[in-house]
Amino acid sequence: MTKPLIQLKNVTKNYGDVQALRGIDLTINEGEFFSLLGPSGCGKTTLLRTIAGFEDVSGGTVMISDKDMANVPANKRPTNMVFQSYAIFPHLSVAENVGFGLRKSQMSKVEKNAAVDQALSMVGLDGYGSRAAHALSGGQRQRVALARALILKPKVLLLDEPLSALDKKLREQMQAELRNLQRQVGITFILVTHDQEEALIMSDRIAVMFDGEIAQLADPQTLYRRPNSRQVADFIGVMNFLPATVTSVGDTVTAHVDGLGAVSLSGDQFAKDVQTGTAHVGIRPETMSILQESDTGGANVTAAVVEDRAYYGDMTYYDVRLDGGDHIITISMKNLVDRAVLERGEKTRVAWNARALVLFND
Amino acid sequence: MCILGFQKGTRLHLSLARNSRKIWVSGLGKRSVFKINNRDQLRGMALVSPTLIYAILLLAVPLAVIFLFSFWTQDYLTLDRSFTLKNYREAFSDPLYRTLLFRSLWVAGGVTVVTVVLAFPIAYFVSFHVTPKRKSLWLFLITIPFWTSYLIRVFLWKVILGYNGVLNSGLIGLGLVDEPLTFILYNANAVVITLAHAFAPFAILPIFVSLEKIDRSLIEAAQDLGESKYQTFRRVTLPLAVPGIVASCLIVFIPTIGDYVTPRLVGGPNGLMIANMIQVQFLKLNNAPLGATLAVLAMVSVTVIALVFIFLNRKYLRSRS
Repeated sequence: MTKPLIQLKNVTKNYGDVQALRGIDLTINEGEFFSLLGPSGCGKTTLLRTIAGFEDVSGGTVMISDKDMANVPANKRPTNMVFQSYAIFPHLSVAENVGFGLRKSQMSKVEKNAAVDQALSMVGLDGYGSRAAHALSGGQRQRVALARALILKPKVLLLDEPLSALDKKLREQMQAELRNLQRQVGITFILVTHDQEEALIMSDRIAVMFDGEIAQLADPQTLYRRPNSRQVADFIGVMNFLPATVTSVGDTVTAHVDGLGAVSLSGDQFAKDVQTGTAHVGIRPETMSILQESDTGGANVTAAVVEDRAYYGDMTYYDVRLDGGDHIITISMKNLVDRAVLERGEKTRVAWNARALVLFND
Repeated sequence: MCILGFQKGTRLHLSLARNSRKIWVSGLGKRSVFKINNRDQLRGMALVSPTLIYAILLLAVPLAVIFLFSFWTQDYLTLDRSFTLKNYREAFSDPLYRTLLFRSLWVAGGVTVVTVVLAFPIAYFVSFHVTPKRKSLWLFLITIPFWTSYLIRVFLWKVILGYNGVLNSGLIGLGLVDEPLTFILYNANAVVITLAHAFAPFAILPIFVSLEKIDRSLIEAAQDLGESKYQTFRRVTLPLAVPGIVASCLIVFIPTIGDYVTPRLVGGPNGLMIANMIQVQFLKLNNAPLGATLAVLAMVSVTVIALVFIFLNRKYLRSRS
């Protein structure tokens, strides 16, 4: 089932003195929805462009279907791309745009037209074929770009921040559509994005990149629950960090955490090379809860004071100061019917689960 | 004639670029002058009035005078102001004027083709292969021919193309030809060569601008969709450069048709154009009305050709989009 399609071995790319990619090793499987996630300038787009063939690698190899792509130009690669700007040809109609890549195909004119119609209907643009390209909205351009790439049945579809130009509502709709489309056509999708939420929603696996290197490669849940560094944890969602001291290392690790006290952590909550001494512990806002007076809480309850709160309608975000610590942490709570929203300065209790903690080496 | 023609050229170009006729009309239309009804418009009018007055005094008025003259007659120094179509009859019946007008059109067409064909690769090179930092330097270098006067450049071509000129003595020195080439001076070829050189920057710049406006991801998209470099050029770059090419053609064609200096200096008897005849009518034969008639006919020809060109371009753009 998981057959490797794209293999990158020690791929480097230099622009003069700047190292855009520093030895990327990566395998992407057939039929996978893969995301390259990272802040701008991390090399994710460069990596995508080396796969597409728009950038030559400075070192290492790019293989697609076990074939070395070193001397294969972009127009001969089994990849197609959806550009950030969509790159819709302004002088052509929608149908001409979608059928652009069919010039050399063996199909008859009738078959080509049928293929174009089918591609347009796949992206929900039935009957738009004769429209002028410049008369399309952002979302429609996006769909044309998708249809134009998918009509050629590539092995890999490369998407360079395809949703960043759309407004929030349309973006969410397109995320779901893209995911469905990928399942439907079964082609490998590689998505470049700086939006961690988008990557989590859509991907089978995500590679988080910083400074031309892959910091972590994992499925969305692992990435969110068990980030392997503070940098990744900070980039994906909201994470509270508390200073800690590691007291013993073994199959389990015990640590004293500011504000939480002594905790015991098991296998997947710390890195292999953990050592005794100072460290940080991360905990997600939604894994903690603010207790009401009637709640008994669990084993781990700590007294706290509400320092600030932000009411979001469905959620309330509390900034609380834990007793016995100087650190303010964020806790998110669902606004249930019978739960009062606390005000600034109120005293409360916070319940937390030791399994939600992740230890980061300093 | 040359200056007149050129101003007309820029205006046509403007209206083409903005796709609106208002600019065109407001220059001549009197209604807009009297329709000032708020401060904004007043301020706007104040802003354009120097240009407007200048244009009316130095463009519209002389044009009107030329037009009037073409319906009058002149006998040595006395002007007969009674309306007549005699000049037009003469202009249409005498084959000399027709020959000169057609030669002007023919030479201007040749100059346009040669200039634009030579200008395109340069514009393409500067736009696509010069690093962005160096582009302005290249554009600056392209304007170097303008550092010397037009007249001096024409004279230089005379030196280069002449019987004992740089080109011929060079070719003889290299043993490539036995006798000096004669088909390159004092004929229409020489006029085409000289004008093509003179108008090269005018042709390069609009094409350069239209190439610069092409989103580079479109080029990548075409290659990504399987097209070779050549096919990408044919299917994407060239069609998107058409507006610049059209502008170049008009900018070169319109002023060259009325050019007077170059045919006079390097054209010889068989390279003379309509503008030379207009000059002869006005200054040598003291027949200003006939000169005016020929000027009107030349202008009408240019206008008709330019409009046909613009019309075809619009149609092309519409069918494309």
